[in-house]
Parts: sequence; C-alpha cells; structure tokens
Amino acid sequence: MTKNLGKIVGINGNMVSVETDSQVSLNEVGYILLNEQRLKAEVIRITGKRLELQVFEATSGVSIGNSVEFSGELLTVELGPGLLTQIYDGLQNPLPELAEQCGFFLQRGIYLNALPRNIEWDFTPVLKAGDTVTNGDTLGTVPEGQFKHRVMVPFSYKDSYTIKEIKSSGKYTVDTEIAVLEDEKGNRHSVSMMFTWPVKRAITSYAERLKPGAPMVTKTRIVDTFLPVALGGTYCIPGPFGAGKTVLQQVTSKNAEVDIVIIAACGERAGEVVETLKEFPELIDPQTGKSLMERTIIICNTSSMPVAAREASVYTAVTLAEYYRQMGLNVLLLADSTSRWAQAMREMSGRLEEIPGEEAFPAYLESTIASFYERAGLVRLRSGETGSVTIGGTVSPAGGNFEEPVTQATLKVVGAFHGLSRERSDARKYPAIHPLESWSKYPSVVPVEKVEYARGVLFRGNEVGQMMKVVGEEGTSIEDYLIYLKSDFLDFVYLQQNSFDPIDAAVSVERQNYIFDILLSILGGKFNLNNKADSRNYFNKLRQIFLDYNGAEWQSEDFKKLESELLNMIKDKKSGDLEDAIIFQKV
Amino acid sequence: MRKVYSKIESISGNVISVSAEGVKYNDLAVVTSSHGESLANVIRMNGNSVSLQVFSGGRGVSTGDEVRFLGHPMQVSFSENLLGRIFTGSGKPRDNGPELTENMIDIGGPSVNPAKRIIPRNMIRTGIPMIDIFNSLVESQKLPIFSVSGEPYNELLSRIAMQAEVDMIILGGMGLKYDDYLSFKETLEEGGAMSRTIFFVHTAADPIVECLLVPDMSLAVAEKFALEGKKVLVLLTDMTNFADAMKEIAITMEQVPSNRGYPGDLYSQLASRYEKAVDFEGAGSITILAVTTMPGDDVTHPVPDNTGYITEGQYYLRNGRIEPFGSLSRLKQMVNGDTREDHRPVMDGMIKLYAAYKESQEKKSMGFRMSDWDEKLLKYGALFESEMMDLSVNIPLEEALDNGWRILSDSFTSEETGLRSDLLNKFWPSEKESR
Repeated sequence: MTKNLGKIVGINGNMVSVETDSQVSLNEVGYILLNEQRLKAEVIRITGKRLELQVFEATSGVSIGNSVEFSGELLTVELGPGLLTQIYDGLQNPLPELAEQCGFFLQRGIYLNALPRNIEWDFTPVLKAGDTVTNGDTLGTVPEGQFKHRVMVPFSYKDSYTIKEIKSSGKYTVDTEIAVLEDEKGNRHSVSMMFTWPVKRAITSYAERLKPGAPMVTKTRIVDTFLPVALGGTYCIPGPFGAGKTVLQQVTSKNAEVDIVIIAACGERAGEVVETLKEFPELIDPQTGKSLMERTIIICNTSSMPVAAREASVYTAVTLAEYYRQMGLNVLLLADSTSRWAQAMREMSGRLEEIPGEEAFPAYLESTIASFYERAGLVRLRSGETGSVTIGGTVSPAGGNFEEPVTQATLKVVGAFHGLSRERSDARKYPAIHPLESWSKYPSVVPVEKVEYARGVLFRGNEVGQMMKVVGEEGTSIEDYLIYLKSDFLDFVYLQQNSFDPIDAAVSVERQNYIFDILLSILGGKFNLNNKADSRNYFNKLRQIFLDYNGAEWQSEDFKKLESELLNMIKDKKSGDLEDAIIFQKV
Repeated sequence: MRKVYSKIESISGNVISVSAEGVKYNDLAVVTSSHGESLANVIRMNGNSVSLQVFSGGRGVSTGDEVRFLGHPMQVSFSENLLGRIFTGSGKPRDNGPELTENMIDIGGPSVNPAKRIIPRNMIRTGIPMIDIFNSLVESQKLPIFSVSGEPYNELLSRIAMQAEVDMIILGGMGLKYDDYLSFKETLEEGGAMSRTIFFVHTAADPIVECLLVPDMSLAVAEKFALEGKKVLVLLTDMTNFADAMKEIAITMEQVPSNRGYPGDLYSQLASRYEKAVDFEGAGSITILAVTTMPGDDVTHPVPDNTGYITEGQYYLRNGRIEPFGSLSRLKQMVNGDTREDHRPVMDGMIKLYAAYKESQEKKSMGFRMSDWDEKLLKYGALFESEMMDLSVNIPLEEALDNGWRILSDSFTSEETGLRSDLLNKFWPSEKESR
C-alpha cells in the first residue's frame, strides 16, 4: 500500500497546516518527517486540500515543505496484558523505558511499544475451535498480577466470527497469534493477545448500561457519608490552589475500594507524580496484601510536556479504564486536572482561529467535557457480569472562582460535586470540602434520614455562626449556642480527617456507621448545660476524646476504653432527646 | 543555509514578515537596519510568508532592510567563563567584557522525564529565619515571592543570593529598573558573591522581546551547570513583566486573548519555565525563586493565580517581611524533620503563639482590657517581629532555633508554650541564660 503523503505549508506553534491530495480522515494520525525523526500529529481540521494538524511534540526546526506521512489510523492505544503498574506519557509511551533510552530528558520523536513484547504470558483458552464469537468475547485468560486478565476478541470486530484455531495453554508473548477467526464471508483474521483501539471513541462492547447505585467507598468520611460517589458515577473536585485537590486525589487513589486505579496526571506538577511513583510500590493495598502499584496505571503528562499530548492523555486514560471494565472490574479514573486539559483545547482552538466562547474557551468545551464524563458508567457485560468506570476529575478554576466555564460545564454532567474552599483550607480543616455547598446525587453508606438530620444540624449551626458574627456570643440564646457547638463538633470529629494518621486516614464503612450513631445521639440530645462557658468546655472535652477515639484502631482495647469514656461523658450531661431527634439505643 | 532576504513585507510592533524559503520554525535571523543589527526568531510560517519577532523591536526597521537567516534556533554560550559576567536578554555582554561565542547550546530544551525525577531531600540554608525555620527552601523547589510594587523584593533576592548555600546563582532580571539592576550588581560585588553569579538582565528600557528570552537563557545555562554537578539557584524578577511581555507579543500576533488580555497558553508558558527546577540523580540541581508582583495586591490576577497552581508554595512579602501565614513551602516536610529535633515543634509552636498575638493585638486596638496572658503575647509578638521576621537577620538555622527558645522563655513560662515536655527539658533556657 502506498503511503498517503502531504506537504507542510504553514506552522504556528504546535499547529501545522498541510496540503495533501490523499484521502484523510478527521483525527487521523500523521507523522512529520524531519530528518531521522518522525513527529506524531493529529488531524484536527480539514478544509478542502488543506489540513490542520496538532503536533504532539515541539515543532522547533520544522520547515515549510517537510513531508507528512498519514497512518490511516486514528490516535490509538495498545490494549493487552502488561498495562498494570506502567507509567505512560499521554501517548502511552512508557516513561521508565524512555528514560533508559534517552536519559534525563524527554527526546521528541521517540515512540516505544506500550506493551512489553518480551514478556511471556501464561495463556489458558476458555473457548475452543468451532465456537462463535463477537467483539469483547473472552477467548482465554492470562494472570496479570492479582487479576485474571481476559484476552478478548478485538472491540472493532463488529460481526460474528467462528474460531478456526486457538492456541492451547502455554506461554506466549502479546504479539503471538493465539487464535484465527473466520467471518461470515469466509475471511480469516489472526488475533493476538494485544489489539488497538482509538482513544476518542468509547468502547461499547457490553449488553447495557445500568444506573449506578452501589457506593464507591473512599474511606474518607465526608465523602462516603455526606457526599458519596457511586461505582460507575462521576464527581468533580474544584478548588483554588493550595486547597488540597491533589492530596485528596492521592488519598483516594490509595484507599478507594475498587479493583484498578488509573491516575491521569494531566498538566500538573511533575513533583507530585514523582511522590506517587516512588511511594506506591512501597505501599501495601490492605485488600489484597500486594503492592498498591499492582492495581495502578499512571498516565503522566505534566505541565511542561507538550500541550497536544496533554489533550490526548485523558482519553488514553479513560480508554484503558474502559478496557479493564470489560473484564468485569471496577475501575476508578482520577484526572488531575481537567482544567489543564480544557486549556489545551483552548490553546489549539486559538491557533485554529475559531470564534472564542467565554474566557476564550472554544464553544464545544461543554459538549467535550460532557462526552468525556459520559464514558464513566456501570455496565452489564454480555457475560452477565458488571463492570464500572468511575471518573473523578479535579478542576482548577482561575482565581478559585467557581463561576468560570470549566467548572460550570463540569457541574452540569457530574453526579457529585466536592467543592474545596479556601476558607476551610486556610483554617487547616482537611479535607477542605465545603459540606454545605457541595452535593451528591448518589446514595450514602449511612441511611439517608440520619445523614439528613446531621446535615440539618450543620446548616442551622452555620446560620447561628453567621448570626453570632453580628450580635456576638452575648446576643445568642443558649439553645442556639448549643446548636452551633454541635455543628462545630460534627465538623471537627467527623468531616475533618487526618490523612497523616495511619488509622484516621482510612475509615471503613462499618466504622463510619458505628460512630455516626454515637454522633447522632449527641447531635439530637438535650444537655444539662446552662451557660456558654460550661457548654464550650464540655464540647471541647468531648471533642478531645472523640479525636483520640478516631485515632484508635477499630475494636482494639484502646478503642473500647475510649468509647466507654466517651459514652459516660455523654450520659453525664445528657438529659434526653430533642423532639426532632433520630433516636438510637446506644446512649 | 545562509540566505539573505531584503524585502520585508510587513512590520507591526515587534513582528516583521518576510517572504522566504527553506526556513525552519523557531530559527534565528539577523535583521540589519540603519540602526544596527538585531536578532529575530521565527514565530509563525504560512506558505512563503515568515513572521519573526525582532529582539530589539520593530522601531526603525524599514521595508528595505536585510534579513539573514542563521539556520539554528536561539543559542547561548556555555562555559565557566560566564561566571561573574552580565548579559542582556539576547546574550550580548552588558558589562565591558568580551562576547562569548564558544560552546553554543540551544535554549528552551526538552523537559525532564518524570520517571527520572527524585523526591527532593536537601534543604537550602539561606540564613533568613523566616525561610529556614518556618518555610524551608528545598533543593529543586520552585517558589514564587508574591509581592506588590514598592516592597523590597529585590533586596530580599540579593540577600538570598549572598547568603544561600549553593554553588552558583543565576539572576534573570525582567523589566528591571536600571537602579535596581545597579543595586543588585553593587550588592553582589561588595559581598564578594559576583564570582559565583551570572546575570541575564533585561531592563525596563530594553526591547520587550529580550524580556521573553531571559528565563530561557538563564534556565538553559542553569541546566548545563546542574548536569555538571553544580547546585544552582535561579533568581527571577519579575515574572509578571515576563507575562506582560508575552501578552504584548500575543496581541501583536492577533491571538485571541483569554483572561485580562493574557494569551490562552499563559499557564503552559509559565509551567515550562518553572518545571525546569529539578534535582538530577547523581548530578546537581536547579532551584527557582521568582518574584511575582501582584497587580493591585490581587492574588486572583491571572499571573499570580496561574503561578500558584504551578509552584510548590509561595512566600508572601508584605510590609518588608515574609508573612508567616499565607507563606507556604510545600516541600518543607521533606527536610525539616532531619535538621534538629526541635525544628518542627518550634516552627508550629511559635506560629500558633504568633497567631494568638495577632488576636490580642486586634483586641487591644479595639480598646478591650488586656489580660496578663494578652500582655505576654504582646511582648512575644514584638520580640518575634524584631528578631525573627526582620529580613536583615542573618543567622544559621541552629542559632535561629536557639533564639526562638530564648524569645519563648523571655515571654512565657515553659508550660504556657504548649510544647512537649521532653523538648522543654532539653532546650528550655535556664534562668541565667535568658535575659
């Protein structure tokens, strides 16, 4: 087949204009031929014979008249065993291998195999010759770390096929032919353990999409109880700089109860990725007892790496997530930060001289963000199992102002909003998620009526707090003052969590429910407290014990001792329950 | 390829267009006009039309002037001979020394592979207690100094340049007032630090395009020295001028502005400079301290805002002092655990008490009666401000910590400090030591 070629006629930053007589499709990948180097680029606009391409590398040294070779393929990723534990750039180049080859710096124009070709995988067929299959069906399995990795019929095989040959159990590399399929017209197709898929198209080889319901446990109390996220759901974390977005994401990536975590570090600091890179292999996943790295893939396109590849990186990440979902696994994708991705779109839109929308973001910003988050979901596979992709994206709004376009476009499509507030982070209240402004549409791990009661206390406490700023403590009634103290107490011992404390950092659902009942007995209780100083003292003491109690290992001696101390202290002053209280037997 | 073209088709601000063939993107050219020669580099190509930004500006360039392409991108000479020298943004000597042309290296090189980065682990001592104790500077860190016009940020930078324990300093000045440039030079010459310093200075009177080159020149040289094992500290002042220069060129090029006129790629442009900060395993390191003045003292202005998202913390310089509250070094935890056992507790304890002092001060100004405790706090606050926050204090960390204990013991009894008893036993000054 002769290669489709074009010639460069214009260069503007990382966008080149090309003229060609060949047939080219939108989003097709082309390579700029520059001496020995081949620079990857993607077609983003076609006007007659003139094409605009965004180049995934620096364009320094490119000149008018250079040839561009079109690949005939869209931007794709390699799918197959060997993805887990990898660290890729936005175009799925393995960074450690790249470092071995090029040293300290990223050299442009070098593209390595995403999947190692030398590893032999232990293949066990599950189907036999003569069986009929279609896209996404499992031909066999290989063990990959703690998972049974399914070797599937490529998702692009849309028809029905008959297996003509399939390899018996044994060790094969990813590019070895493991099966031959024949379609209805009698054409034979060779299949290996590895295939490619275009990143900007969602994988749809499933029976149906289901409504997300089961919680994705993050072990962060304020999230699981008050602002839950469902498996297959979406959520966003907007916040100004220094409010702790990245720390929150890191904590979630460590503690979330999911099978696989994919971290897309998109246009953020390289230093933060390094912490994850060096820390994860050492950390043990409490659920499996293996290194956390074994369930993790990192897609890393930090702020100084080429901008167009940043745009691709979130798609690369979500495609890998969908691939593992097809194996019946629950995958969590954490994208930090989607604002940088939106900015990459803005830069390119500016170079294309498109008519700008708000803050110069392109008009298609909203629909692009929407279609990205829509790739999350809970699905029922054709085999009857379910798998899910949950997406959590941070947003870095300019000036910390949530009215800006990226935050607003994201809020329209996500199921939960965890807004970080500068006020709370300045007061060192972590996680700095604002409990009243944030919301979630998913069910909590704690029964809803209990959560609503606690939220009511928070809300009223906040009102009293506002009022007190005007009339002072003297002008506040003791009833109101108690509500204020209770809401402050709830904030301190439940909403705030110490991510550096080994016990408090990750709290199981069981424990959340358990301590929430104790908490409710305080929130809904009447107390024998008649003046403000006594009340304040009492709640301060209560708070101190509760904090120690939070730091004690679940059901340990210490835990039980502190619990009885706490319950005694409540009994001491509590005289009954308020009329609206939700009552439990505990106290 | 050394082709000369003598028909300039358009001149708009600092950008000229010429019809040329065989030119490569980002290449350098020499524009010869009646006012002398100037470098220019290619920033856009469309068919045969090549747009260049002229380093010395478009003023005085005529349509008949000569443009000669050099066939390579912007470069800077790199050798030990750079030390002690002063250059302009385009690499020409600003002192009376010879022009350096040996061993030319490209500027704006590729970024470091994240997989090759290491977790920062070494503290850079500056002798300034507000930095060393409270927000330690760490090798390979990138930190801005958020300030407003009129604050002594350049004085602070020269103090750091003189006192910081690094192998060499590269100072990149952008839009510097000529007086500021001279005082930098004088301070470093008097302090004897000139021999370990390289200046790349763009003054406010120089052509704007040269301002854009300063960070890249400084960092390209820093990178080479770091690879040779040197601990380099890069001081940049003022990054807001750099951003404004970018804005000017972008508007001239008719780019769609995004926020307050700044180009849409402001974040990426700033990040590609700041991210040059790195610690090379087995070689040296680059640490970046950059002044960012906040127009109108507004931290949500696009320049400080984007900077805050890129850097690892920030120092706020207000009223001639580094503010203890807004300032933050995100990497301090990596180093302040292994300096001295009392470092972290003293840091936390003193800040908490200083916060309490601020409250008492507020109460006092509102005319409330001062309790004994308030009086103690007021005494403490005054001592803290004069002996810790004053930027002219230059003492090693250990001495500064000892001073901290003395200030505490002068103001409070040991149990009032809220510090752990084992530390109090070890460090609390005995009766006669305290004043």
